[in-house]
Amino acid sequence: MKKLLTVAAAVLAFGTGAAQAAEGTALPEYHWSFNGIFGTFERPELQRGFQVYREVCSACHGLRLVAFRDLAALGYSADAIKALAADYTFKDGPNDQGEMYEREGRPSDHFPSPFPNEKAAAFANGGSAPPDLSLMAKARKGGPDYVRALLMGFEEAPAESHIPEGLHYNIYFPGHQIAMPPPLSADAVEYSDGTPATVEQMATDVAAFLMWAAEPTLEQRKEMGIKVLIFLLVFTGVLYAAKRKIWSDLH
Amino acid sequence: MSEFKSNNAVIKWIEYRMPIFSFLDDAIGRGYPTPRNLNYWWNFGSLAGVALVIMIATGIVLAMQYTPHATMAFDSIERIMRDVNYGWLLRYVHSNGGSFFFLVVYIHIFRGLYYGSYKEPRELLWILGVVILLLMMATAFMGYVLPWGQMSFWAATVITNLFSAIPVFGDQIVTWLWGGFSVANPTLNRFFSLHYLLPFVIVGVVVLHIWALHRFGSNNPIGIDAKGPQDKIPFHPYYTIKDAFGFGVFFIAFAAVIFYAPNLFGEPDNYVEANPLATPAHIVPEWYFLPYYAILRAIPNKLLGVVAMFGSILIYFVLPWIDRSPVRSARFRPIYKQFFWIFVADCVLLGYVGANPPEGQFLLIGRLATAYYFLHFVIVFLLSYLERPRPLPSSISEPVLKGGGAAAGAAAKPMEKV
Repeated sequence: MKKLLTVAAAVLAFGTGAAQAAEGTALPEYHWSFNGIFGTFERPELQRGFQVYREVCSACHGLRLVAFRDLAALGYSADAIKALAADYTFKDGPNDQGEMYEREGRPSDHFPSPFPNEKAAAFANGGSAPPDLSLMAKARKGGPDYVRALLMGFEEAPAESHIPEGLHYNIYFPGHQIAMPPPLSADAVEYSDGTPATVEQMATDVAAFLMWAAEPTLEQRKEMGIKVLIFLLVFTGVLYAAKRKIWSDLH
Repeated sequence: MSEFKSNNAVIKWIEYRMPIFSFLDDAIGRGYPTPRNLNYWWNFGSLAGVALVIMIATGIVLAMQYTPHATMAFDSIERIMRDVNYGWLLRYVHSNGGSFFFLVVYIHIFRGLYYGSYKEPRELLWILGVVILLLMMATAFMGYVLPWGQMSFWAATVITNLFSAIPVFGDQIVTWLWGGFSVANPTLNRFFSLHYLLPFVIVGVVVLHIWALHRFGSNNPIGIDAKGPQDKIPFHPYYTIKDAFGFGVFFIAFAAVIFYAPNLFGEPDNYVEANPLATPAHIVPEWYFLPYYAILRAIPNKLLGVVAMFGSILIYFVLPWIDRSPVRSARFRPIYKQFFWIFVADCVLLGYVGANPPEGQFLLIGRLATAYYFLHFVIVFLLSYLERPRPLPSSISEPVLKGGGAAAGAAAKPMEKV
């Protein structure tokens, strides 16, 4: 039995090592404000992240599951959201004459994707379509840590590796060859709150924003969880006391 | 029969015309005598029932918002997560509920294996339980396909393709299952339909399972039959309150996962919409299928792999006749007890292998663990003849009421104060 356990432990240790080698470099951990039981999003961080998405990422990546109205959660006023939505043009219709027409965006519209379809997106980007970012922070192992690391992981390719034309070296991307060119450079955006726009800052902000985009109900979930758990702990304590009481006459 | 009595006029009026109150009293009330020495491992049967009710309740509400169409399913789930009031809660309860349901049922099954609950006269009760497990697996598999993520799609492709191993008619059967020539919208539609149907079939078999249970009542940790009324206590209030306390503990663990690690059991790939043109690097099923997946992949021949995978569960149908030892509880079977724990470890090991690609060391370990899985049943058969069980106590109440080894051990645990 003991021998079996030792073997199992050795297998485990070896297995995780092999898995890590295959997955690429370990992600640098970051202490997100939304980690932990009491975690919440930081509005200024989300707003900065949204700015990075809008000014940099949205050139190639969609956010189709997020509506403009959802941005109220980031602290934007109804008027600001209306104005923001109006910056976009949407094809709508048909109207009473049966014709399609163009109109300004409304808060109920979702973010438009930059390409009309996946084929067009792939064609414009050397064969690989930039993925939609709505769920990106939940769709990769490591979540927001991975997004942040990836954006900071562009480096000179080591001499021995041959990166094909059109691909880029990234230490955190599985296989290290990513089609996306390094999207962020220092001062790529100018933050309205005066935060210096370093690559790390922008990567962190946009990763936090994408976590919100992937799980906008995270705060509501954690807040409710505390109440539910406190109730359950007390209630289960009462049930345990009742059990002791009822069973006491048997002993 | 039931001693049920009531002074309430309404209850008496109903009871006279339809004796439902005495029926309930006999089922889970004072009219159902139960061994007095059941430990907390006996909580997991009623917990499985609670999990089933939770799954059906949340599933019915989710179905009101879900769209079973290949182009809309993924987005309709995200709409539930984002725009439906408390939709995220319903969805996380349902998706994690599956994992908790299986966890509870697996503990329930191992409890039965340890204490010999499958033995005469409870063979049919056990067989009905295996039927429930098979129905649960079918339901869980089809439910996992519904979000129409990458893992949903590719799991559906891999598992339905297993049927192509059937000689002669394999390919026709797979086409028939798919409703087409690949996993596509017709597949999703029928999986949704069956995923809604099967839980109610499970409810039906659970009723039979409980019916069979009530014929002889619960087995118990000592595994000997009750000798008289001093060995039994009424189900209510003793086990109703004990089960209720178990529910509380279960809900705490369940809530901790739902609210603080809702994607713990999930695969990140399933947040990517199904794409028939892009295969994920590793296709893995949910954790509760990993041991069977390991068995499937351990065998190089596809047909034999499928046979071994299904055989690993079907073998439980004949377990009551493989294990011929007259002693039920492993407490009095010193050798069987050790092999039981090795078997548990083997199942966990198979699960670990199933989560990894079938290459190199994992392939070898998977094959050894698979071989051992089936060897266990041979060992159990041989032990029936070779093992010398310890002497059994003369009655359930003897070690409970008169002190002795069992009572001394239990005194250390305040929950089982005896």
